[in-house]
Amino acid sequence: MGEIVFQKPKSLTDNQFHYCPGCTHGIIHRLVAEAIDELGIEGRTIGVASVGCSVFTYNYFTCDMVQAAHGRAPAVATGVKRSDPNNIVFTYQGDGDLASIGTAETVHSAARNENITIIFVNNAIYGMTGGQMAPTSLPGQVTQTSPYGRDVNTVGYPVRICEMLSQLEGPSYLERVAVNNVKNVKAAKKAIKKAFQNQVENKGFSLVEVVSTCPTNWGMTPEKAMEWLEQNMLPYYPLGVYKDRYAEEEAK
Amino acid sequence: MADKVLMKGNEAIAEAAIKAGCMYYFGYPITPQTEVAAYMAKRMPKIGGTFLQAESEIAAINMCIGVASTGKRVMTSSSSPGISLKAEGISYMAGCDLPALIVNVQRGGPGLGGIQPSQSDYYQATRGGGHGDYHLFVVAPASVQEMVSLTAHAFNVAEKYRVPAMLLADGTLGQMMEPVVIDEVEIEEHDKSWALTGTKCEREHNVINSLSMLPEELEQWNIDRYERYAKMEKEEPMWEEYMMEDADICVVAFGIASRVSRNAIKAAREKGVKVGMIRPITLWPFPKEVLLASTDKVKAYVTVELNMGQMAEDVELATHCRRPILKANRAGGCIPSPEQVLAQIEAANELGGEQ
Repeated sequence: MGEIVFQKPKSLTDNQFHYCPGCTHGIIHRLVAEAIDELGIEGRTIGVASVGCSVFTYNYFTCDMVQAAHGRAPAVATGVKRSDPNNIVFTYQGDGDLASIGTAETVHSAARNENITIIFVNNAIYGMTGGQMAPTSLPGQVTQTSPYGRDVNTVGYPVRICEMLSQLEGPSYLERVAVNNVKNVKAAKKAIKKAFQNQVENKGFSLVEVVSTCPTNWGMTPEKAMEWLEQNMLPYYPLGVYKDRYAEEEAK
Repeated sequence: MADKVLMKGNEAIAEAAIKAGCMYYFGYPITPQTEVAAYMAKRMPKIGGTFLQAESEIAAINMCIGVASTGKRVMTSSSSPGISLKAEGISYMAGCDLPALIVNVQRGGPGLGGIQPSQSDYYQATRGGGHGDYHLFVVAPASVQEMVSLTAHAFNVAEKYRVPAMLLADGTLGQMMEPVVIDEVEIEEHDKSWALTGTKCEREHNVINSLSMLPEELEQWNIDRYERYAKMEKEEPMWEEYMMEDADICVVAFGIASRVSRNAIKAAREKGVKVGMIRPITLWPFPKEVLLASTDKVKAYVTVELNMGQMAEDVELATHCRRPILKANRAGGCIPSPEQVLAQIEAANELGGEQ
């Protein structure tokens, strides 16, 4: 018998993902599950699924789960957390959900410094409905509802959530990461784990934005999509820590 | 027995909810129900409960979904335009089989309408209000005292059947002061094994969800829910009969409209008209059986409402249109006068007499 060197995190179920080949949701699910495992919080974690490709996350995480309406996950998470602050509560939301229809819930849960963890997957497109323009679609980006490319003169500019929320006094921790290469995946893992650790330590609102790909709706191979992410998304959505109140306080 | 105190309807609801074990309230300011939120803001921090002013009605109902998912009693309140905003969340609650109490202190509509009392959300309340096949358990108090007793009752019924409940009041009841007794109430214990409490790594995970991609499965969920509704229609209707023993004419009115009707009935009785009233206390399930049975002796009905005649349709359905129905309505925040109701009672008496 050999030694087991790699296995599925405990916090993921045995269900097969419904995601398209090359989709990065699988990586991000795994990172979330690893963080939950490593912190030993599976038994008291409650997840809030959103609407979009991540609508079925309740099939993939072994913790208790509630499925929220489009954009409302932070409000539902607020209720779950307030019900029993000992619970570790996270939402898993896409860009249409968090940055368009749910903007108010996002901004105000951050303003309240609600002690929850938000995993925000930004792939610059509506995946589940078949590739429409997202609040985070890039200028000129061709989608089903911007067939001539996103025209900033008529539909405006993409929303940078981490930068926007960093202007609020409320939130504790905001970081943007990416999952396009091994180095970035490792950094993403660190950020996601920290976002959960913060909640365990009652440090308040933590949001990790994960810049991701959607090969299917971008119309690219998975490999090409990673290149497109690096060349187009990262210049508009720079990676890094946008707010870390406790690190700032320690530095003082 | 607790002492009698003078309370505003809105405050009585809030205190009654706390007495019924509700330790979580999420709301948003809107006239004429804001006193509920103000009362909760004052009381909840003192008793270890949660009051949170949400950023919107939509957020408030979703915060309620969060607490309800964990199996605890939770309430939100609003007035008509705010209830429309909550409709999405109410539909999700119904689809997720989550109990909670939603209070609607109605004002005139549609649109921004006005801030004066109304009953014009009857259709919205009794037909669900949001998308999909579902009902709420809907109670309509007619006094501040009843606002207290029905608040506690609505929590119990909501948990028993795992349905959201609505207390449908109006601006008059919300704002008026009456002496009430806020007594200890029975908090029924119902199964909560479905609740999200954390698995403690000791059980399979619980999932609260209204989504199914399989039409047959989703249909089955609807069928299961309608079995519960059928049971509610059998066991939960509530109504009050007033002077119905010898009545030829029957007034049907709920909530504040029934208070106006009482005066008109007394005046009609003095004129020798044999008139009584059936007052629905639950609007869903509607007290259909008592209305149908009444058609054997009643010649005509008079419906009294602070809307254009919404409940009148349920009276037609319940009585199988066997007898004529006259309406005494005012809308937009106006209240029918006893004289208006009396005139319709007398007109009904003449109509019925011709048959």
